[in-house]
Amino acid sequence: MYAFNYHRPKSLDEAAKTLAEAEEAKLIAGGMTLIPSMKLRLIGPSDLVDLAAIDGLKGIKVAGKTVTIGAMTRHAEVQTSDAVRKAIPALAALAGGIGDPSVRNRGTLGGSIANADPAADYPAAVLGLNATVETTKRKIPADDFFTGLFETALEPGEIVTAVHFPVPDAAAYEKFPQPASGFAMVGAFVARFGKEVRVAVTGAKDYVFRVGEMEQALGADFSPGAVADIRLPEDDMLSDIHCSADYRAHLVTVMAKRAVAKASG
Amino acid sequence: MTIKVSMTVNGKPVSAEVEPRTLLVQYLREHLGLTGTHVGCDTSQCGCCNVHLNGEAIKSCTIFAVQCEGADVLTIEGLASPDGELHPMQKAFWEHHGLQCGFCTPGMVMVACDIARRIPDADEQTIRHELEGNLCRCTGYQHIVEAIHSGIRAMTQAKG
Repeated sequence: MYAFNYHRPKSLDEAAKTLAEAEEAKLIAGGMTLIPSMKLRLIGPSDLVDLAAIDGLKGIKVAGKTVTIGAMTRHAEVQTSDAVRKAIPALAALAGGIGDPSVRNRGTLGGSIANADPAADYPAAVLGLNATVETTKRKIPADDFFTGLFETALEPGEIVTAVHFPVPDAAAYEKFPQPASGFAMVGAFVARFGKEVRVAVTGAKDYVFRVGEMEQALGADFSPGAVADIRLPEDDMLSDIHCSADYRAHLVTVMAKRAVAKASG
Repeated sequence: MTIKVSMTVNGKPVSAEVEPRTLLVQYLREHLGLTGTHVGCDTSQCGCCNVHLNGEAIKSCTIFAVQCEGADVLTIEGLASPDGELHPMQKAFWEHHGLQCGFCTPGMVMVACDIARRIPDADEQTIRHELEGNLCRCTGYQHIVEAIHSGIRAMTQAKG
């Protein structure tokens, strides 16, 4: 691993200042993606800014029909939160499927979405639930947040502070995990708000996306059968040693069907 | 460039000047000589490096020592009593032949203690799921699962 300078600011202002002044600084939240990447020398930031000592970034609050989760909240906390399990059980279940128990004790919501791994689980929930990402500068709607491969709408120095999740009438997440890593080869998050349905898919392309055709079909008929014959073109889907593009296209339909079945049940 | 970091390890306050890139597992093994915590994979998958940080199981290969400023760390060396009597989970691994080469064992035992804390009524299926972050190349996991099941019961009984 390349050497770096370490900072442990007590405030977001201090963090932003260090980010701006350093040669090539990166934030560290849970470190469950950052540190392995640094060990492999895939990245070599000059400075790391640790968010752990900043107050006000953790915690889960339910107010009316919104669940607000602080950016530094660990996956294990979301997984076991009575409040989340009551309001959006699909979100607690998704958090419980990330990595493994020790990883879940460190990994964070903010880190997951800011990194925007194409196969990460949380982006599917953020997009599927039409959540709002709050940062040090603004509030970004889910539809605008994920923009490319490991790319988000976040500007340099902008820090995610919390995510606001609307409470749906029904929701479920179904993932076909890569057996070694647990990452989604394909994961589908389906959420119903009245007659309006959102379908967000992770793992299949460069970044999480919605499937308009499935959303329309499910709005008219919220059943697995409604999406059984919808198969997306594989041209822009990922293809790797774990899964070919055409198998990913197949899995999108299968996972969507399973998610709808689970959300209905 | 080094930073001074202080923490408690197995109940004892410790402090050192370390480079920021020093992983907690390196600090434990190389600076403190606590070599019971192992480095198995380099990719945060195998769990041989598991320790407890502020009461929770974490992978010590995927955290820097400097991130642990002021924290309470428990390693495999901290489980047995000062007089040498084994922790109930260690006894269970012994009684149920829960190890062969022993390389994954410290990580298994530390995670097992964390399972006991969170899920005192864990059944076999649950234990197997909870071990997703720990790999063993020798045993096929059967005796590990039995040891953990037995160890959790012993720990729960000991609590009275």
